[in-house]
Amino acid sequence: MTMFEAILLTVATAATPLLIAALGELVVERSGVLNLGVEGMMVMGAVTGFAVAQYTGSAWLGMFAAILAGAAFSLLFGFLTLTLITNQVATGLALTLLGLGASAMIGESFVGLPGIRMNSFYIQGLTDIPYVGRFLFGQDPIFYISILLTIGVAWFLFRTRAGLTLRAVGDNHTSAHALGVPVVRIRYLAVIFGGACAGLAGAQLSLVYVPQWVENMTSGRGWIALALVVFASWRPWRILAGAYLFGAVTIGQLHAQALGIGVPSQFMSSLPYLATIVVLVLISRNKRLTLMNTPTSLGKPFVPDR
Amino acid sequence: MTGTITKDGSEIPLLEAEKLTKIFGTLKACDGIDLKIGTGEIHALLGENGAGKSTLVKMLFGALQPTSGDIAWKGEGVNVASPAMGRSLGIGMVFQHFSLFDALTAAENIALSLDEKSPLDTIAARAREIGQTYGLPVDPDALVGDLSVGERQRIEIIRCLLQNPDLIILDEPTSVLTPQEADLLFVTLERLRSEGKSILYISHRLEEVRRLCDRATVLRHGKVVGQCDPRTQTAASLARMMVGNDIHVIERLPAEWTDRIPLIEVNGLSQRPRGPFSVALHDISLSINGGEILGIAGVAGNGQGELFEAISGEVLQERPQVVRIRGTDAGRIGISARRKLGAAFVPEERLGHGAVPDMSLTNNLLLSRHSTDRKMFLTGGVLKLVSESSLASAAKRIVTQMDVRKSAENPDASALSGGNLQKFLIGRELDRNPSVIVVNQPTWGVDAGAAAHIRQALVDLARSGSAVIVISQDLDELFEISDRIAAMVHGRLSESVPIEAMTMERVGLMMGGADAAAGAA
Repeated sequence: MTMFEAILLTVATAATPLLIAALGELVVERSGVLNLGVEGMMVMGAVTGFAVAQYTGSAWLGMFAAILAGAAFSLLFGFLTLTLITNQVATGLALTLLGLGASAMIGESFVGLPGIRMNSFYIQGLTDIPYVGRFLFGQDPIFYISILLTIGVAWFLFRTRAGLTLRAVGDNHTSAHALGVPVVRIRYLAVIFGGACAGLAGAQLSLVYVPQWVENMTSGRGWIALALVVFASWRPWRILAGAYLFGAVTIGQLHAQALGIGVPSQFMSSLPYLATIVVLVLISRNKRLTLMNTPTSLGKPFVPDR
Repeated sequence: MTGTITKDGSEIPLLEAEKLTKIFGTLKACDGIDLKIGTGEIHALLGENGAGKSTLVKMLFGALQPTSGDIAWKGEGVNVASPAMGRSLGIGMVFQHFSLFDALTAAENIALSLDEKSPLDTIAARAREIGQTYGLPVDPDALVGDLSVGERQRIEIIRCLLQNPDLIILDEPTSVLTPQEADLLFVTLERLRSEGKSILYISHRLEEVRRLCDRATVLRHGKVVGQCDPRTQTAASLARMMVGNDIHVIERLPAEWTDRIPLIEVNGLSQRPRGPFSVALHDISLSINGGEILGIAGVAGNGQGELFEAISGEVLQERPQVVRIRGTDAGRIGISARRKLGAAFVPEERLGHGAVPDMSLTNNLLLSRHSTDRKMFLTGGVLKLVSESSLASAAKRIVTQMDVRKSAENPDASALSGGNLQKFLIGRELDRNPSVIVVNQPTWGVDAGAAAHIRQALVDLARSGSAVIVISQDLDELFEISDRIAAMVHGRLSESVPIEAMTMERVGLMMGGADAAAGAA
């Protein structure tokens, strides 16, 4: 494996969890709900995935369990904000705190255990193609899921009737209700999808990225995913670009540190965050386009009149 | 006219509501309403704000469930459980507000309301076709947020017609149209009637009801108070039925002033759009002397809101001389500083812009006048303590002066009805005796009695020597109170025309952007 291939692969591995979590949150926000609990749902996915993989010996079962855990956790958020009409911002923050605390408690006995890694594909011939073979045909299943998810979400939102309805609910829930669209049900489904994605993103961390459990192992990736959604102007392909940019700078600065460039390591570590935000701010400068894509009812509670 | 005929030959109405009642908490929004709509008729539903019109049609359309009462559709009892069910029965609704999605295209908006799942291209083609047939041209690929209000209404109507309804409910359709656009709408509606469709037409514009409608049902306080053939009534008799007593007629003495000193001037105001749905302003100039009222007509969304913000100081100008208040360049100073020059402003949106909904009336009073009337309302020197007693007495004065009806001593702004809150907000500014006042949509959504009170107060202020700008979509209102009328279209302000030389037709042409001289020729 050449250096080039290694860098390409590590960039993808760093970008994938952000991409998946941000795509989930994109769908949630497009429906008009702001779930700040991405970090919490992600870390719950990570610990559940690790634990189930430990007990069953199957990384695949771990991944499915993580998806379910993320979805279940988001259902709690959905019940509080959509049925009990609590404040979405406060509830989302509480979800993150709860997730970090609960995962630390659940995962206490797993700290230091060797994890079970989800195997990468190997296809005779294809994977051996020089330079791009490993990147295109030799990665872990979650990488492929993330790419399919990007295509799927973009197609769903902009090419299907259901996606149109979801965007309509996010744009103006009062009008949608007046047309007979089941606003609350659609938001529940979106929130659960977002939770499932966050859970999957967490599983990628504990089953692929660093196959082990460390307390607070998401280390802010949920927040980056949230920022990606906003700076990508709520558009799936821009999220892909932002996630890979983040991944590239993360890996790039690691290599730069290894080479011993005379810049404080703290600054280098903050570079990915800085670079991603600067680039996305620059591409989202078209105010018209941004406002066109911003879900107008984002974060606003919906109470139907009876 | 083709009705369904029963065996014994009597005609079954298309829709018949019997004793429909809707109770919200302790409020009876609709109280035993009977309504019959025949096939191929345009039926007017008249009533003041809060009379129960909207609640009634929402029940017919399935958006609300009646507390009690029955609805029969083509002679059979139905329970309209949802708007989707209303649509499948053949009831279409064209809403007044809140029913289009700004961020979606016209075709996408239409697709959302159709129950069948056709591809967007097919829907766009059908929308074009219906638009051509009924004289409602639209571009299906245009983003709704970029369209004028008139165009949006066309989309709503096309959306409704695509469902091939037997009954079309129109909620205040002409309130956003120029007189000429309204004429085009009437042609469309008459064509629909000739095709045997029925129309339930909600309006408070009595002249157009008299012209268009075959029958009228009048509501007051949730009850049916009369049914008539509007063509045999006068506007005054219909108004009396709606309100329950005679409407106050505005007294307007001829404007008289000795020295013509402009109290407020706008000189060459140009401004780029500030957001995706905002309008650019182009070279607007105006000048108003003490003692006169300038009425600014225009279809919503032609830059009236932007002009108001520029004059009030919500948006500052680059050059100070663009806005001059009482001879002082004010283009670069903020709202409070402009107020201190003697100006007062009442924005269009009452809750959230004119007043903080969850604050009491006295606090809302303090918010707008803490700087102009610092000595009156703030005590304790540098401590600037709020003087509750002087606030309370000022609020009381305003309430008495403007006849504000409220349920508690000092209620939250949101607890007042729209008309009463508007009376309070205008009274709050008038109480200062401002030498300049700018009011945007003074009586929008306000019932006839309160509207007359507000208009009289504005006329009285002008006659006492102040300059008044009234921005309004209600042409009758502008004709009633203005000394001069100008119109805004696409961010430009026309020349103002003295009221004596102004006609409905001419203002309509000005609002449509036609050369003002065309009306005179």
